[in-house]
Amino acid sequence: MPRLLGVDIPGNKRIETSLLYIHGIGPTRAKEILKETKIDPGKKADDLTADEIRMIIEVVQEKYNVEGDLRREVSQNIRRLISIGSYRGTRHRRGLPVRGQRTKTNARTRKGGKHTVGAVRDKAARAAARK
Amino acid sequence: MARSIKKGPYVEECLYRKVEAMNKSGRKAPIKTWSRRSMIVPEFVGHTFAIHNGKQHLPIFITENMVGHRLGEFAPTRTFRRHGNTTDRVTK
Repeated sequence: MPRLLGVDIPGNKRIETSLLYIHGIGPTRAKEILKETKIDPGKKADDLTADEIRMIIEVVQEKYNVEGDLRREVSQNIRRLISIGSYRGTRHRRGLPVRGQRTKTNARTRKGGKHTVGAVRDKAARAAARK
Repeated sequence: MARSIKKGPYVEECLYRKVEAMNKSGRKAPIKTWSRRSMIVPEFVGHTFAIHNGKQHLPIFITENMVGHRLGEFAPTRTFRRHGNTTDRVTK
């Protein structure tokens, strides 16, 4: 289990696949990295030489924003949207879809599990619910 | 699909002229506008725009961070009155 870029420990799979365990690297970038370092994509991650690992790390650090840095960048962007009071910012704050999707149904990824919010007709029950 | 960069940002012509005039004279006053689709360009920073939300003009102060967004993004057009909890008036 080789360690790559801090905490990432891709398993006993082809490097082509194990690189995907790094946040910020998808199938396209993984292939690009392997092309540039001239490593066989089918090689198992465990069989990589120290030299190959070093090359991969070099390429990734030079070209891509991954892991912690990437996460920080994303959350900063969201914080900016919220702080300037834009529509997208308020959607983020309320945990609703940001890009104009419908919310009458679906949108469960953003809204989380279902919770019923029907009208309470009875006055006494309403007062109790408010507490 | 995003707007072509070649064309540059879209700003309503008369709005842009108004801001330019104000920048020249150094005067500052809220600019009433209905043009929600206008992009905020660097010249707008520091001005206050009264942006129409369909009903009223909401005064919005433009900061540097807002450049590149559109005016309409800062004046919500919908008001959400919570679900459930019907008001006393309604149930009577």
